[in-house]
Amino acid sequence: MYAWIAALINGILVGLVYGLAAIGLNLIWGVMKVINLSHGAFIALGMFCAYFIFHFAGINPFLAVILILIVGLILGMISYFIVLHRVLDAPELSTLLSTYSLSLIIIGLGTFIFTTNPRAIDIGLGSIGIGNIYIPITKILTGLFSILFTIVLYVFLYKTWTGKAIRAVSLNRAAAEFMGVNSTFILSLSFGIGVGLAMVAGCLIAAIFPFTILSGAVYELKSFVICVLGGLGSPIGALVGGLILGLLENICALKIPVGYIPFIEFVILVIILLVKPTGLITKR
Amino acid sequence: MKKRYTLLWLIPLILAISLIPIITHSVIYRETVFLILMYITLAVSLNIILGYTGYVSFGHVVFFGIGGYTSFYLMHKFGIHLIFAMIMGGVVSAIIALIVGEAVLKLRGAFFAIATIGINEAIKSLVTNLSWLGGATGMFFNFKIYKTYGGAAKAIWFAYCLMVIVTIVSLVTSYFIKNSKFGYGLFAIREDEDAAIVLGVNAKRFKSIAYAISAFFPGLVGAIFFFKAGNIEPEDAFHLVKSIEMIFMVMLGGFGTISGPPIGAILYERLKGILLVNPLFKNLHMAITGLILLIIILFAPGGIVGTLRNRFKKIRSLLE
Repeated sequence: MYAWIAALINGILVGLVYGLAAIGLNLIWGVMKVINLSHGAFIALGMFCAYFIFHFAGINPFLAVILILIVGLILGMISYFIVLHRVLDAPELSTLLSTYSLSLIIIGLGTFIFTTNPRAIDIGLGSIGIGNIYIPITKILTGLFSILFTIVLYVFLYKTWTGKAIRAVSLNRAAAEFMGVNSTFILSLSFGIGVGLAMVAGCLIAAIFPFTILSGAVYELKSFVICVLGGLGSPIGALVGGLILGLLENICALKIPVGYIPFIEFVILVIILLVKPTGLITKR
Repeated sequence: MKKRYTLLWLIPLILAISLIPIITHSVIYRETVFLILMYITLAVSLNIILGYTGYVSFGHVVFFGIGGYTSFYLMHKFGIHLIFAMIMGGVVSAIIALIVGEAVLKLRGAFFAIATIGINEAIKSLVTNLSWLGGATGMFFNFKIYKTYGGAAKAIWFAYCLMVIVTIVSLVTSYFIKNSKFGYGLFAIREDEDAAIVLGVNAKRFKSIAYAISAFFPGLVGAIFFFKAGNIEPEDAFHLVKSIEMIFMVMLGGFGTISGPPIGAILYERLKGILLVNPLFKNLHMAITGLILLIIILFAPGGIVGTLRNRFKKIRSLLE
């Protein structure tokens, strides 16, 4: 019984972080119809930023998130102009491959500089115990931060002028331009936000799990599954998708050998793509 | 009918390259040329679905792994001869491609790409968990298996010759597909699938057949590769990096062309060789690959062959 409750709580907390990781991918897809294959590389970059900020400046990852978000925003905007701007209107093959080559460059340089040794950030905030269930405080904090970032993004997208411009560009770029929206700036900004969120997610994941430079790929694949579960292009859908995946992983682990879980995840991915490619949760 | 000479220089070139190790009896050359031939076949077969049909199969390595596992299992458990095991490997890959394709080929663009990555990861984790396929550690040959071929040394030369044949067959196949009605149908799908359907192309069947053919050859290559290696494990058989290498070779040479993928494959093998030997670049090889890929996509999307064809109109009949 305790195992079930622990799995449930863990699933929700981890699922929230997965959701946050997927939101960046989702936003970029929604705005410019690009699957950002460098998503995982930026998650890994976020992990390493958190690691070095913690080790050299002694700043806790939960305080460093804002800094990492800004770094990600700038990196993402620069990457947009280098990697995507030229090929945005080309067939999907080009954007898939150009973002993939960005990922190869980041991971390649990362492997060269940081090697593939596993690392971990140990902040050791202890854990809260209820009965026989112990939940690390770091996990609770990551869950709360993920909710916070989703709410901030939601408010930004629906309440501010820039956010509305982003949504306008995602609906119809030409029409948005007629309304005086600088679509190039908006596109680069949304890529920047997407990358920033990926790096924030990486930072939060680094606080709870050990990682290497190659870990990003795992979370990138999870993000695909989540986006497909929740529907590509809807931020709330991504959070719900993340929760489903987090719960699935933690609860399945009680009954099925852990090795089969990726298989189940990807079979679900393929089935949903086939049956309902718009995702389980679609916008009205 | 336009005259086409591409195969007239391409096939002799490849035969000449493959004769080098046979004449010199050099093991080092044999390993290099074997890799080149393997890359050529993989790139040529991916080109059929990626270049001709315009569907980005990101997880194409899955067919390499399936072919490898099928034939390895047949040889390991039942002692079946490599040739039959290899053909079985290719056939099983093609059948799985037909079944999977029936479903995933409905998806277009990015969705198809994600689904193929998903399929590769799903099959990889399935194989990792199947104990009768050796699980995560995979399977090892008993050295007695090589006796049928006259000892391990001869067996490897035999595998090499088989690889040469498979490469030539794959190239000829890709040539005939491109210049057939079937090929024109595929190119029509690539340019505009809906328009192609309206014009009477049976897009669904064409795509399925193209996918099956492009899965058949990696199956054969996987069989030969793992026969030569003597062991097979999921991490090697379903390594996503190999998929990326295939895509890189096709894009470098020129997608949708006949001579592009072989040229891309030869250049990639050489590039990798140079980078991996150099101590400074050894660890940077992935980053450099990425940089080159980015430059190709941004500035020369037609790859080497496509760019040359645009620049020099006279050589078009030679370079297809």
